[in-house]
Amino acid sequence: MVYLTRKAEFSASHYYHNPEFTPEENRRIFGKCNNPHGHGHNYTLEVTVKGNVDQKSGFVVDLKDLKETMNREVLDAVDHRFLNKEVKEFRDRIPTTENLAIAIWNWLQPKLNAARLHRIRLYETPDLFVDYYGEA
Amino acid sequence: MKAYLTRRYWFSASHRLHNNAMSAEQNLAVYGKCNNPHGHGHNYALEVTVAGRVEAATGMICNLADLDAFVDEKILQRFSHENLNTLEEFRSVIPTTENLCIEIYGILERGFHHAAVEKIRMEETMLNSFEYAGGREAKH
Repeated sequence: MVYLTRKAEFSASHYYHNPEFTPEENRRIFGKCNNPHGHGHNYTLEVTVKGNVDQKSGFVVDLKDLKETMNREVLDAVDHRFLNKEVKEFRDRIPTTENLAIAIWNWLQPKLNAARLHRIRLYETPDLFVDYYGEA
Repeated sequence: MKAYLTRRYWFSASHRLHNNAMSAEQNLAVYGKCNNPHGHGHNYALEVTVAGRVEAATGMICNLADLDAFVDEKILQRFSHENLNTLEEFRSVIPTTENLCIEIYGILERGFHHAAVEKIRMEETMLNSFEYAGGREAKH
């Protein structure tokens, strides 16, 4: 079993707000992230897949296919978007980095053929990242 | 849905690696430049990883403000800009980064209750790093 990781970067904006909370609760819990006009990040995404090395190609997965899948399933959906308003997963779910990592897993997992998805690591800033390994 | 959240912090501190039970020559042989009696400093990077279910109401494993406040008060204010050898924790424990990891993990495990502490990782320099998960195998 070999693990392979591919990185990608995207920029998006979001804000944190739960309509079931009062404005005061929203401000207390989410702080500056509650600003309704949103704020942006440069996200770094690391997608790790695992599999056996194919004898003929020497690959775990064709990197070009993985890149195209990441571009199509993830970057086209989120790059330069306002996550709360433009991504359907976040119509009724708060676009925290935790939930974004889970959404990315759910987009990619059914689209990968040769290799199995192992981990989504999503950096919101260089000092903050989330790991998701699928349903525990 | 279980996820892992890692936050990175920075602090600067100095230390000297020296074991009183060993001779001066042995200390020099074991610790090399780190045995310099005046100590030396590092910019330590501390990564704290917490684990838990993502709460439906908040979309969070735990509130980062709670983690930041705890780490700032209990860890950064304790160790930043200190000579580690002068602290109570290291009176009889050599302040290697291994031991600093174990100490910091203990502070988090005892005092931080908003999420489970999965592991900590510390970089002493760009060339070396240490991980401690309370003696458990760390999820990589």
